[in-house]
Amino acid sequence: MSLTVDTVAKKFGRFPALNGASFVAPQGSFVSLLGPSGSGKTTLLRILGGLEFADSGTVRFADLNWLDMPARTRNAGFVFQQYALFKHMTVADNIAFGLKVRPRHRRPSNADIKKRVTELLALVQLPGLEDRYPSQLSGGQRQRVALARALAIEPRMLLLDEPFGALDAKVRKELRTDLRRIHDHAGVTTVFVTHDQEEAFAVADLVAVMKDGRIEQYGAPADVRRNPRTPFVSEFLSA
Amino acid sequence: MTKRFLKPTEDPLWLRLFLGAVAIAFIAVLLLLPLALVFKEAFANGVSALWTAIKEPDTLASVRLSLIAAGIAVPLNTVFGIAAAWSIAKYDFPGKTFLVTLIDLPFSVSPVVAGLIYVLVFGAQGWFGRSLADHDIHILFAVPGIVLATIFVTFPFVARELIPLMVDQGRDEEEAAATLGATGFQTFLRVTLPNIKWGLLYGVLLCNARALGEFGAVSVVSGHIRGVTNTMPLHVQLLYDNYDYAGAFTVAALLALLALLTLVFKSLLEWRYADELAAAHRR
Repeated sequence: MSLTVDTVAKKFGRFPALNGASFVAPQGSFVSLLGPSGSGKTTLLRILGGLEFADSGTVRFADLNWLDMPARTRNAGFVFQQYALFKHMTVADNIAFGLKVRPRHRRPSNADIKKRVTELLALVQLPGLEDRYPSQLSGGQRQRVALARALAIEPRMLLLDEPFGALDAKVRKELRTDLRRIHDHAGVTTVFVTHDQEEAFAVADLVAVMKDGRIEQYGAPADVRRNPRTPFVSEFLSA
Repeated sequence: MTKRFLKPTEDPLWLRLFLGAVAIAFIAVLLLLPLALVFKEAFANGVSALWTAIKEPDTLASVRLSLIAAGIAVPLNTVFGIAAAWSIAKYDFPGKTFLVTLIDLPFSVSPVVAGLIYVLVFGAQGWFGRSLADHDIHILFAVPGIVLATIFVTFPFVARELIPLMVDQGRDEEEAAATLGATGFQTFLRVTLPNIKWGLLYGVLLCNARALGEFGAVSVVSGHIRGVTNTMPLHVQLLYDNYDYAGAFTVAALLALLALLTLVFKSLLEWRYADELAAAHRR
């Protein structure tokens, strides 16, 4: 039940965004993809989410041939940097969206959906905000709603693309602590993209440092910090 | 403390009054006065004369034909406009800028030329003229030609309204919907459509106004057969040319009334959903 990313490559036109990235993450682990902009971390995450197609390489998750499945059937919750909440829906409708679009035989009853929304809002520490619209929330609150929405579908995998990038330092810290707590609670394999090394090291079980579409070093935060394997990694970590 | 200088975005009072007066004078002389005169002329011979002019069979036929042409052209161009805006905003493909230019074509080409194109294609001497005549299909100087010309001229309205809106909104919400398990159709219905509904409404209203009012292109393909292929604008021209001023102004007033009703409808919706509109503009 682990996630195996094997030599995944992707070009945008002639620009190689990913040059054969590989890593293995055990089930339920929390992986950070860390690197400067243009290192391919977001592209790799979007490929995992089914929002971008890989040119070559394979991804296996549990016993699934992950890249052959469309985004819709992967059941991977995705959290975007700019929240991507549905502006015209209330917080409750945003969170319930993934449940309401299910085919009838798999759709929970309205009462169950309502109960689930209440639970999720409590989990992300926004109880009672069901009837607000996204425009009435602060950035940090919006991202909490986006997280609740991604968790509502009981995802097999949680993918976060610089989720705290647009927030101030204090809110970032609160949110990453909450994210780790929620991850441990849900036990879902999580891949988290960031360019902030402090954030990556504070929250993840495993860190992949990326450069030019490749993974330069992959390992536990303490190991990577103690033994940077390339000059780039040691320079990036000391910056 | 007294004010020592104006804010950078503030203009002196005389300039504000002057600009306001220019705008109001312009609107009054060029827009409101002619419109008022149309209605005044229509009522010149009293209400019963107006009623007789409206009940004239040829006038009623022109109203019917205009409504048919708009009734076909507007839904078709709405579907087309959504499809075009969707593909331009949400996908990258070669020839995209060319497609946008093509959509603008009916705006840049004179409507008379648009009409002539259909004469060239479907006319007796045109490309398909022969085979159409052999099969007894009438396009030119008949309702199909009028509908085609109307579609051509009103082609860009919905697409033009939606493209900048959908490009601006990006693909994030659609991507989010896909990762949450929504099908393409569910995404369109529950996410895209609610986000574009106001732009879509304006596009449809503009498209409808133009479809009812189109003169040039329709005039070329119509053949001006009284009571058969005359739309309202053509009928106004015909009555006017025959020195039937009362009749001409009556139909003109009807046409103007349809346009005013459209505006009232739009304002009502804006007033009714003011909160929602404001919320949509906040980010």
